[in-house]
Amino acid sequence: MARRTPDREYIPPVQTLQVRYAKRGRMRFASHRDFQRAWERALRRAGVPMAYSAGFSPHPKISYAGAAPTGAASEAEFLEISVLEVLDPDALRADLDDALPPGLDVVGIVEAQGSLVDSLVASRWRIEWPVPVQDAVAAFEAVATVEVERVTKAGRRMIDVRALCSDLELPSGSTLEVTVRHAEPTPRPAEVVAGIRSVAPDLPDVPVLATRLAQGSPVAGGVAPPF
Amino acid sequence: MCVAYPGVVQSIYPDLERILPLVRKPIQYVGGELNAAGKPWDSVSVRWALMYPDAYEVGLPNQGLQILYEVLNERPDVLAERTYSVWPDMEALMRENGIPQFTVDSHIPVAAFDVLGVSFATELGYTNLLTALDLAGIPLHAYERTDEHPLIVAGGHAAFNPEPIAEFIDAAVIGDGEQAVLQLSDIIRDAKAGGRATREELLDVIAASGVAYVPSKYEVTYLPDGRIQRVAPTEGSTPWRVSKHTVSDLDQWPYPKRPLVPLAETVHERASVEIFRGCTRGCRFCQAGMITRPVRERSKATVSQMVQTSLDATGFEEAGLLSLSSADHSEIAEITKGLADHYEGTNTGLSLPSTRVDAFNIDLANELSRNGRRSGLTFAPEGGSERIRKVINKMVSEDDLIRTVAAAYGAGWRQVKLYFMCGLPTETDDDVLQIARMAKEVIRTGREVSGRRDIRCTVSIGGFVPKPHTPFQWAPQLGWEATDARLALLRNEIRSDRDLGKAIGFRYHDGRPGIVEGLLARGDRRVGAVIEQVWRDGGRFDGWSEYFSFDRWMTAADAVGIDVDWYTTRERQLSEVLPWDHLDSGLDKEWLWQDWQDALDEVEVDDCRWSPCFDCGVCDQMGTQIQIGPSDGVGLPIVAVTS
Repeated sequence: MARRTPDREYIPPVQTLQVRYAKRGRMRFASHRDFQRAWERALRRAGVPMAYSAGFSPHPKISYAGAAPTGAASEAEFLEISVLEVLDPDALRADLDDALPPGLDVVGIVEAQGSLVDSLVASRWRIEWPVPVQDAVAAFEAVATVEVERVTKAGRRMIDVRALCSDLELPSGSTLEVTVRHAEPTPRPAEVVAGIRSVAPDLPDVPVLATRLAQGSPVAGGVAPPF
Repeated sequence: MCVAYPGVVQSIYPDLERILPLVRKPIQYVGGELNAAGKPWDSVSVRWALMYPDAYEVGLPNQGLQILYEVLNERPDVLAERTYSVWPDMEALMRENGIPQFTVDSHIPVAAFDVLGVSFATELGYTNLLTALDLAGIPLHAYERTDEHPLIVAGGHAAFNPEPIAEFIDAAVIGDGEQAVLQLSDIIRDAKAGGRATREELLDVIAASGVAYVPSKYEVTYLPDGRIQRVAPTEGSTPWRVSKHTVSDLDQWPYPKRPLVPLAETVHERASVEIFRGCTRGCRFCQAGMITRPVRERSKATVSQMVQTSLDATGFEEAGLLSLSSADHSEIAEITKGLADHYEGTNTGLSLPSTRVDAFNIDLANELSRNGRRSGLTFAPEGGSERIRKVINKMVSEDDLIRTVAAAYGAGWRQVKLYFMCGLPTETDDDVLQIARMAKEVIRTGREVSGRRDIRCTVSIGGFVPKPHTPFQWAPQLGWEATDARLALLRNEIRSDRDLGKAIGFRYHDGRPGIVEGLLARGDRRVGAVIEQVWRDGGRFDGWSEYFSFDRWMTAADAVGIDVDWYTTRERQLSEVLPWDHLDSGLDKEWLWQDWQDALDEVEVDDCRWSPCFDCGVCDQMGTQIQIGPSDGVGLPIVAVTS
């Protein structure tokens, strides 16, 4: 008598859309789980005909590409959704923007041409300190290798953050802009900061504000978005 | 007065942003929820900060606060923002950086508002009130406050006996808040418009109006043996008793219309729709059922409309039909069928918490889970033996219960959760041990009807705490040692049969937190000193086991000379003046006493919705009446669903 089979039959999606969105202001403090829920609800509110996964507890098909960490703002986050009807990207963009909380803002939507993850090979970050950082950044640039340790459930591993950083610029005395290449694993802004502090120990350990300015392919002095 | 805030009113967010990377779950402090209000500070004349004195994850879904937030913000001359308790890691950083208690909407210091309204669902939030006041820079004691400070107004069920916090609050609203907050807003607006009213004069007006209870306008005198001699108003214009507020015609108050959708994870991730208020089942332990009478139903059309509006406005995946006993709505079958039809195939879940023990209930549960999984069902027999269930007036027989549970397992449900209390008046070890017998019978029957061995039953049990305005307000509370001993006996009895025992889960709350809850629930003004001492000793988040310290409470009580047993395990007599007698819940004290005597005699009383009035006193005293269906109009479907 107990129900053993899912009642919903699996319906395959007919279209995949890639979404670029920003995480601004207070929303920088949303964790990955937090904005996942926000997205699922926004898609429901906007009435988007989502494709669901098969199984006993079906989930809407959304995949997030390398989300910015809790505490970091971003102008360039990406995700992909699969839907059951062919949608007009511009109309969808307007509907979704209305349904999202302020601070989670849709920047652009396109129909998927290729792999989103493959097109996101680097990020341009802005890191703001409450103190001057010229000397510390100069010391960091002067060396070829700076290793930072990341502790994960799987164990400890070293990341050479210096090797993955390029095109360092100082728009102000306390602000750094830097291109960080994605790798396995990709350094987080906090790890770039830790790397800088390891060669410039005088730089105080204070909270910084990190913002992802762009994500895509590295070009001279920045990063070009896929769309 | 109200409020001559000495500082410049501005957002503290820039300071906050600097410390947020250092705290756990920073999202809970930033606001920005979908459907949050955002009114300009200078556009209104009366400003409320509404607080739920627990963590954001518990406080945000609170219906009471969301209702008042919307009701107040709909008024053009009033604004309301929200504030919640900050966790100790945040508290430490706020003190270090000079950041005051703030609202999550606009990050305005709480001290800049005209009113701080605090909703107490439980007494265990009292220490968190003191943390918030202190962080806000507001003096802890009402008498220390000046025209510069907001009015501190308590509400919620615990406010039906606000005496333990009498010296920390300026006023308490008893009963439904929807109309009361608007009346208070009018009084404050007029006082501010006059420009010259002092804090004292404003409190005089509030006290005389009867809209709220103002503790400082009443004097309590005591007998030599420590009991209260009397509670009397200090001024002629102040009423002897303050009555609860009752909202009639809930269809006219369909709030919240746009529920808040947090970014952060909270305890209830669903759109909640209150389908009726009040309950006359007459369970004698249940304070909520006693103080929210009479029953006032929303019509099926309003319920359907509210479910649809809430889901549309939020994007929640689930709607919950709330009340004290949801299966008792006179049109519940039509409502659930209508909603289940309407939302079939939309991945929208419907839930019906607070249900009773009978077969009808299984039909409803089956209806609501039509296209979902049948995982677990919850029932609350509350007492283990037929005898004790007569004492508490929870009219369900053992046969009914077994039949109901059998129907549930037969319909494919796999897990049944049973709620009980330990320490009920007149209870013996045997009454509690019968819970084990019942649970085993449930498993035996369940295996038989389902033909499966993987069905489970969980027994969940906690200590009973006698509450004001109930027939058990005179009862002795069982000491924590006796409670724990009885729970240990029960555990052994459940485990005594290995085969059945392994299908029975056992969850319990030990007796000690219940003693502190009991002290605060039936305490008088003298108990305030214990709360303050506990807070000064570091007491925070007493509703959370990882923060609660029984020893801290007992040490503090000793230090200020309070005999905890006298307040908790002592039986009261009819002649005793109870600390809350001057607060009128509508229940006639003689009737409550008679019901207490009936409890001791194991005499049951019927529900007045389908039997004659038993004269509890509420409708006469309050000028209210039962409002139940059948209602006109139709429920869903309103529009055809295509997908």
